[in-house]
Amino acid sequence: MNLPYPAPPPGIWASSAMIAAIVLASTAGEVLTAAAMKSIGDLDEIRAHSGMKGAIRAVVTCPLFFAGVSFLALAFFSLLFALNHMNLSLVAPASASLTLVTNAIAGKLFLKENVDRRRWTAAVLVCVGVYFLAH
Amino acid sequence: MGGKARTSIQRPIAGTEILMAHPKLSLWQYAVLGLVSISAPLGDSCLSRGMTGLPDITLAHPGTLVAAVFTPWIAVGIALLIGFFASYLTALSWADLTFVLPATASGNVIVALFAHFWLHETISLQRWAGIVLITVGVGFVANGPSLTEHPAPAVKLEEEQVQ
Repeated sequence: MNLPYPAPPPGIWASSAMIAAIVLASTAGEVLTAAAMKSIGDLDEIRAHSGMKGAIRAVVTCPLFFAGVSFLALAFFSLLFALNHMNLSLVAPASASLTLVTNAIAGKLFLKENVDRRRWTAAVLVCVGVYFLAH
Repeated sequence: MGGKARTSIQRPIAGTEILMAHPKLSLWQYAVLGLVSISAPLGDSCLSRGMTGLPDITLAHPGTLVAAVFTPWIAVGIALLIGFFASYLTALSWADLTFVLPATASGNVIVALFAHFWLHETISLQRWAGIVLITVGVGFVANGPSLTEHPAPAVKLEEEQVQ
């Protein structure tokens, strides 16, 4: 049933839960996808040698890629649900920025990337930025 | 002694340390990063435009979320996000995840501009300050190394000597 007036905005806990769902699913999806792409190799080089079909075949035959895409699909529907209740100018930057921080941690733990001082500083700046965005 | 004599040498390379590579990105690679930055906020804006036009969706009726995919704005948003995903995968194949994500986070500013001028959402001064801080963080990371190299712990070299 459509209400004759807009529904009240969700509370802080509901908003946090919606953003957390997007962030967790995105992080899992992006780490798995990044691991898949690292195992495949440089797509530009593969395309130069085997053409576009070869590049697509290399991607779609990687099991890690499908695991990543599954989590990204979950993140996508979480985003759609959140956008139905909250403003884009809050949901998009907050979820993207928090995902950046969780990805820095996951990248160091699972992908063994060298997250140096420069990248951690950026993560702190982003956290403060998200605080400003959410308040 | 005639013929070939082989000797095997175990030579460790740089122990187990992780190296940071900072190759100069080509124009094509910058274009790919730019496409990642632009297509994601454009797609998000289309999704928002489509979702705000729909009645409230509750967890009791999750099927309505799937039906929303076939509305025009959501469909255009999905097409843009497919373009984003293709360029994002390409970038991930030659750069770290922790480089690609911040390097393309300037999309937050684009989202804010779209939300303000197109969707007519109100963005307070504090939110703008947050967006500026995020952008500074992005610039900080984007100037750093793009790829972590994991050297093999040891390489077995075989030398052939022709006597």
